[in-house]
Amino acid sequence: MMKHPPEGIDQGRRALLGVAVGVTTAVVAPGLVLHAAALPSAAPPGAQRSGPVTDRVRWGLLIDTSKCAEGCRACVDACDRENGLDLQTRPAGQSGRAWADQKAVWIRKVKLADDLTGRVTNLPMMCQHCEHPPCVDVCPTGASFKRADGIVLVDRHTCIGCRYCMMACPYQARSFIHEVTHDQLTRVPRGKGCVESCNLCVSRRDQGAPSTACADACADAGHHAIVFGDLKDPRSAISQALTGLPNRQLREDLELNTGVRYAGV
Amino acid sequence: MKRIVYREWRIPPARYWGILGILAAVVGLGGLAALYLEHEGHWVTGMSNSVVWGVPHVFAVFLILAASGAINVASVGTVFNKGAYLPLGRLSGLLAVALLIGGLLILVLDLGRPDRLLVAMTHYNFRSIFAWNIYLYTGFVVLVIAYLWSMADRMGAPFKQSIGVLAFVWRLALTTATGSIFGFLVARQAFDTAFLAPMFVIMSLAYGLAIFLLVLIFSCAQDARPIGDLLLQRLKNLLGVFVAAVLYFTLVYYLTKLYGAKNYDLVGWVLLRGGIYSFTAWVGWVLLGTLVPLGIIWHPVLGRDRRWIVAACALVILGGFAALYVILIGSQVYPLQIFPGHTVVASGVVDGLRAGVAHYHPSVPEVLLGLGGVAVALVITAVGVRVLQFLPESLADPEASAPVGSGALRRFSIDEISPG
Repeated sequence: MMKHPPEGIDQGRRALLGVAVGVTTAVVAPGLVLHAAALPSAAPPGAQRSGPVTDRVRWGLLIDTSKCAEGCRACVDACDRENGLDLQTRPAGQSGRAWADQKAVWIRKVKLADDLTGRVTNLPMMCQHCEHPPCVDVCPTGASFKRADGIVLVDRHTCIGCRYCMMACPYQARSFIHEVTHDQLTRVPRGKGCVESCNLCVSRRDQGAPSTACADACADAGHHAIVFGDLKDPRSAISQALTGLPNRQLREDLELNTGVRYAGV
Repeated sequence: MKRIVYREWRIPPARYWGILGILAAVVGLGGLAALYLEHEGHWVTGMSNSVVWGVPHVFAVFLILAASGAINVASVGTVFNKGAYLPLGRLSGLLAVALLIGGLLILVLDLGRPDRLLVAMTHYNFRSIFAWNIYLYTGFVVLVIAYLWSMADRMGAPFKQSIGVLAFVWRLALTTATGSIFGFLVARQAFDTAFLAPMFVIMSLAYGLAIFLLVLIFSCAQDARPIGDLLLQRLKNLLGVFVAAVLYFTLVYYLTKLYGAKNYDLVGWVLLRGGIYSFTAWVGWVLLGTLVPLGIIWHPVLGRDRRWIVAACALVILGGFAALYVILIGSQVYPLQIFPGHTVVASGVVDGLRAGVAHYHPSVPEVLLGLGGVAVALVITAVGVRVLQFLPESLADPEASAPVGSGALRRFSIDEISPG
């Protein structure tokens, strides 16, 4: 026997559905509008990055040691300011010597003497942003990772502070945050118990800025020993400098294909 | 047929609780040290950006090695069918689990973010040997518990052989992977050799057996249970073989390093110019940890004296800590060779720190954390033998064994075995 549909319409149910649609629209629509505004096509070239990072670029540095001046710390100071490392404070009771090797250092000035000739070379050392980074290989959680554009980073949400990456880095480029952090910059969140290192001013990359803090500071100091740029773009300043200047990777024997190259060492 | 009667550790309650109280106090101190580290951060340790793994890792690696070595006693009985070792299987399994848990606790509590253990359990990078080790360590615990079940329960008996073989293969993989943690580090000269993997396997056999012997002799002596001279001689001689093998591997490790000219300076530093590290290598590792115990073990008179055997075991353990201190910490203190053919005049951080040999002085919390892990392992063992039937009632040699059945009124379990 066929059932007949109920006579009359349940107005209450209609009203409820209407309210539900209205509320859903009110909640979802602003998100959709914002998402549309953030689409890559909406961003002009050189402006803030809004799409995913691509491997069409590979960021790198060239250090021309012949231009790196002895005693100059412009790059180190600029890096500290850029990343809030100047806000680190020595814990009460810690000796200066111990703290010097416990505080975070993303870039350091190294002075070398050739064992045969005695020739002195100055250069800045930082994460070499390897194509095959040992730190990424050994990280148990995948917190150490390489972005598509070649920047080697630490995901501070998944770093468990095991420091295996520091054991694996051939350049001693990584720092462990040994103390409670009291002050930090919004663009560079830092926290006790995680590992960190130079990230080629990744927030600048995402803002579309042309250079890194260290390269800018070196240029401002009149040395121009640090060139930043896209290693994959043959017209970039760094590619042209690399073509004209004999240069090498540190620990070339490991075949890590570093993104940081050195001339004159 | 020889019947083995296993019985709970029946030492007087006052003595038992006294032992447990002392161990609990050490565990408590270790726990406080871990909380202190967690609250303050690692600046309160001697560890730094140059020496990133310190004394806690020496303790942890030692315990993990000893764990895989302790299970070897059970393997000799089950896998290699040496009947004399069968009664020792249960204690061997218990010690293996206890030592591994102690070691892992230290590793976890030394993490910069121990609260993120769940992250380590849910995010894996399988290119990392660390990630593999998480499975190897937890799998080892599960496997050894199954092994214990197969040894203790009649229902498990048919599986004993196959579980035993699997546990043996697994422990080889585990120790190989532990050695590979260091062997895969191409950045550091002293590591960067696959040789460390088999070397760690050999070390594990020596340290695990030394700890096993100490625990066995102590627990049997406390409960007036006999250990036959013949059995003790077998175990002691086996320890001698393992210790000699460690010496051989040590020798080959440094000789292979010396084969490359680039390592002359490293080996020269570790063995001659390294100060406390050279001293620890020669006096702790080679002399006290290897040659003296070998002398005791194979001495015609001392080698038959239990007190001297105990001393030899203790020295082997001391030597193990010395060896791992040199291998783990000395290798980090020695500077990275980033600029061959150059001398680092200034590092830009503090001259003499990153420019040359690094400094490392272990702090009290680090040592307490390590000792806490050891105490955890011993607490698990003490409670285990007290409440469950891990220890045989008698380990007397066959010809001198007391009639079995004296424990008829007590709760006991019996395994029937054929002499191997």
